[in-house]
Amino acid sequence: MTLRFVLNGAKTELDAHPMARLLDVLREECALTGSKEGCGEGECGACTVLVNGEPVCSCIIPVAHVEGAAVLTIEGLGGDHPLQHHFMNEVGAQCGICTPGMIMAAMALGPAPTLEDVKTALAGNLCRCTGYAAIYRAVMKWRGLEAPPSMVAE
Amino acid sequence: MSAVGNSVARKDGIGKATGAARYADDITFPGMLHGRTIRSTIPCGRIRSVRLDFDTTGFTVVDHRDVPARNAVDLIAQDQPFLVEQEIRHMAEPILLLAHENRERLYAVPVEVEYDEGEPLFDPEKSQQVFKTIDIVKGDTSSALADAELVVEGTYRTGHQEHVYIEPNGVIAVPEDGGIAIYGSVQCPFYVIKALRCLLGDAHPNVRVIQTETGGGFGGKEEYPSMIAGHAVMLALKSGRPVKIIYDRAEDMVATTKRHPAIVRHRTGVTRAGRIVAMDVDVLMDGGAYVTLSPTVLSRGCIHAAGPYRCDNVHIHGRTVFTNTPPNGAFRGFGAPQTEFAVEVHIDRIAEALGMDAVELRRRNALRPGDTTATGQTLRDDCSALMVLEEAVRRTDFDRKREEYKGSNRSVGLSLFYHGAGFTGAGERNLKSKARLELTAGGVRIAVGSTEIGQGTRTMHAQIVTDALGIPYEDVEVAQPDTSRVADSGPTVASRTCMVVGKILEECAHEMRDRLGGLSPAEYHSRHGPLTVERMYEPPDWIEWDDALYRGDAYATYGWGCDVAEVELDPDTFEVRPIRLTAVQEFGRPIHPALARGQIEGGTAQGLGYALLERVVMHNGAMANGQLTNYTIPTTLDTPEIDVVMMENPYPGGPFGAKGLGELPMDGPAPAVVNALRQLGFDVREIPATPELLSAGSRLG
Amino acid sequence: MRTAISELDLRSASSLTEALAILRDEARTPIAGATDVYVALNFGTLKPKRFLDIWALDELRSISLSGDTLVIGSLTTYTSLIQSPIVGERLPMLVEASRLVGGVQIQNRGTIGGNVANASPAGDALPVLAAADAVIVVRSDAGERRVPITQFYTGYRATVMTPDELIVAVEIAPVEGKQWFRKVGTRAAQAISKVVVAGVRAPMPRIAFGSIAPTVVRVPETERALGDGATIDDAEGVLAREIAPIDDIRSTAEYRRRVSMNLLRRFWAETG
Repeated sequence: MTLRFVLNGAKTELDAHPMARLLDVLREECALTGSKEGCGEGECGACTVLVNGEPVCSCIIPVAHVEGAAVLTIEGLGGDHPLQHHFMNEVGAQCGICTPGMIMAAMALGPAPTLEDVKTALAGNLCRCTGYAAIYRAVMKWRGLEAPPSMVAE
Repeated sequence: MSAVGNSVARKDGIGKATGAARYADDITFPGMLHGRTIRSTIPCGRIRSVRLDFDTTGFTVVDHRDVPARNAVDLIAQDQPFLVEQEIRHMAEPILLLAHENRERLYAVPVEVEYDEGEPLFDPEKSQQVFKTIDIVKGDTSSALADAELVVEGTYRTGHQEHVYIEPNGVIAVPEDGGIAIYGSVQCPFYVIKALRCLLGDAHPNVRVIQTETGGGFGGKEEYPSMIAGHAVMLALKSGRPVKIIYDRAEDMVATTKRHPAIVRHRTGVTRAGRIVAMDVDVLMDGGAYVTLSPTVLSRGCIHAAGPYRCDNVHIHGRTVFTNTPPNGAFRGFGAPQTEFAVEVHIDRIAEALGMDAVELRRRNALRPGDTTATGQTLRDDCSALMVLEEAVRRTDFDRKREEYKGSNRSVGLSLFYHGAGFTGAGERNLKSKARLELTAGGVRIAVGSTEIGQGTRTMHAQIVTDALGIPYEDVEVAQPDTSRVADSGPTVASRTCMVVGKILEECAHEMRDRLGGLSPAEYHSRHGPLTVERMYEPPDWIEWDDALYRGDAYATYGWGCDVAEVELDPDTFEVRPIRLTAVQEFGRPIHPALARGQIEGGTAQGLGYALLERVVMHNGAMANGQLTNYTIPTTLDTPEIDVVMMENPYPGGPFGAKGLGELPMDGPAPAVVNALRQLGFDVREIPATPELLSAGSRLG
Repeated sequence: MRTAISELDLRSASSLTEALAILRDEARTPIAGATDVYVALNFGTLKPKRFLDIWALDELRSISLSGDTLVIGSLTTYTSLIQSPIVGERLPMLVEASRLVGGVQIQNRGTIGGNVANASPAGDALPVLAAADAVIVVRSDAGERRVPITQFYTGYRATVMTPDELIVAVEIAPVEGKQWFRKVGTRAAQAISKVVVAGVRAPMPRIAFGSIAPTVVRVPETERALGDGATIDDAEGVLAREIAPIDDIRSTAEYRRRVSMNLLRRFWAETG
């Protein structure tokens, strides 16, 4: 089918099987390889993108479902988004494979999240490197909030 | 401001946060094919026939007959074939390879394998085939046990653990002028080279391995990528085209290595006053179907099996054996998490038997400088067991909490542990690791084979060179590991990348500083052109090790840790929620405090998963819960606050006093949690301590 | 190995009428949020090849009151359930259950109709619906019928639905009595349940369990015992005889039985 949607702010038209996985279309047709496949079952969140502002796992979505929608991938944040810098500065990214999905899930947080809000928002994103603490630090700093004292790097 | 000791900007740049970093599956080459591995569906038997019931036009098909030289993955032994010839020794063993340009077509075609099934062996205790036996003997353990005022015995079991790097394994083999290039998610590029030389023989000399950005390793990409690389290379040679093999999660989990399950038996003699006088330890590790790295995993496990305690009479007997299961392999900690779990739970049971406080028992017996370990190594001033113990007890108000929580559903537990840094014994001397520093037009380039797998290799190496050479951090670049361009600095394992490779780089930098003769790199380069400095690692000259007797200086130094786990039990569901984990760890000196903290937080979270959640269910010799839905690693909501305390006790032989760190945090969480469960009345001697285990297990009186 | 997508066929419906006409004429498996279908696809275990996409049918997304009855359109996502004031007020245990389904990404896509249709014994919302005596509204081109959820499942992953039918809504009459919910999963988030309990503390209590039988189950004998004034100790005994959980890769029969009994007791204590 011919598919029309807004990808990272740009009108996009492409041909794809309607049941193709959104992740494959993004990575292979659109050359946006920032979204990663970690599990293929919506469990790890490494493929998270925003569809109409909502985080979803692109590995378990038929591309037909983004017809007419706005899709935002990690590449759509550009290379200079404050959250991206906080992730690197706080070592919220170690190996980095979960990072794009983690950042996209965090993008959906409200302006003044509590630590519990952050944990809940990121509960669908697995990270095996960090134990998550540095990720909380990155997100809280991005929102201008203080991380709990014991988490602040000395 | 010096670079070392400060959390400077990482050399990774921002690519990992923008999606620009390129992992194996993000890379394509013109004309590239995709590879698929046909695997055994029985755990034991012989292949009767392999049938390809489809039109193979457009397919590249490879089986064992296509092996150019030697059908063996070259590790400690050469017993594991790249492709099965006849005998199947475990589930999911590679039999045949297919490649095609269309992945859908590739996945859809049927391959029928017929077998004569054999009788599989799954129980390591029944295995007669021993891969390696180790005996560590100090003093006279049997006499000391016979004379002991009290003997406490116990058997402790640990299960498989799956690495769950979030990026599954992946490799691309690309034919190039006069040779072949392998791009891949690998921890040890030179291990791959070694394996491919054995596979290919002299016919294909020009092989190079380029590490792509790697989405986690934890030991899981130490040895298995050699297998995948061999497969990709054979398909690429036969087709003449680039071939990419990317495992999906299910294949990765069912086929690749796990942490060795272990059964550890202790018999410990103590005086009534709480002095340990004899330790008899028996360690059994399930190696799986091939030798792979099991002897060295067993070695590290055995050396750490007596725990960080002084004892004059120790006998540690270890063996690792064959079973019809996929080979177990390297995983952060490398045998020590298993044996340190056992000894630390055992110590709490000894304290209980003596009616003594478990902290006090540890305090009396903890190793001090001047004490000797089980292998007879005399510890130097960089031994910090007491220091971390006292700090953890003080910081967590451990004694008060233990009293306060009595009778409630909360409790605290503690573990004391240590971890040897670098290769064991003469390992580093034999390895002869090298590092290279190259002058560039504006600074220097680090050219080593050590891989960045998330832990911060690039950054930490650059910091060391920056300060040792006295140039700006920005002027130090780090080459992507490409075996044709970098020095073989040894594998990225064993907590050696900072302490050992960092040390060689420090020496390279010192030599370069001398050769620059006061000029800046740019000035020197413009006047004299390129300059390269390469040096080899020299372990401390006092290290003595007898590999036959397992006696001597097992490691140049050790990191020390004390973890305190605070947990809460739901008495109706037996769910255990870690509330907080305090990790007090001494590892010389942190080169980059934020990265070091990340190692401790991440390793501790893995340790908590090992303790409570992560259970590999084996059915008929294969992982039956090989999905991230059913093999559960901790999520944000499962991971408690981790209070990290980094203590310093510099090691003179490390760069700027640094020791190894990567593995240490993995050793402590499981025994700390289980010791907390003991306070709640559960006599747990096995991990993972699942709710099912607790609900079925024996309650203490 | 992933199912070949080129072999799959998808038709999209833009109205319920069109969807029902397609289902009348062709054998197609409906997909909405696709969270279950695509897991099967990715693991190569997907059996159907022809699908009907109903994700665009906004008419099935409403949450409303019809008289006193709460009507939840089948395409209502867990996120919408969590955010809905009416659901929060009338069926708080459904909100609680929804919060524990997957992560946010799954909550944004998974639907209540999908949870019902997928017929998994571990479906998180199903015990809530069973304890609430929900009615599943199914429609075909020939008409509509209402099936109480307690009669909806005929066995493991089997329902009374015919291939031409679509779930259009779930109806819940006012629930009298205190609601209670507890999911015991394999971990704190993103977990498949090992035992789920939903209970309503009414003169005749209503208690439903998930993950302990081939389908979601009510425990009528236990309910009757409690309704007749049995002690909780006796009711636990009745429950133990009434359920027959099994071992699987996630848990054990023994654990499930023990925890079911403990949670019955806790439900009773906390709602008393």
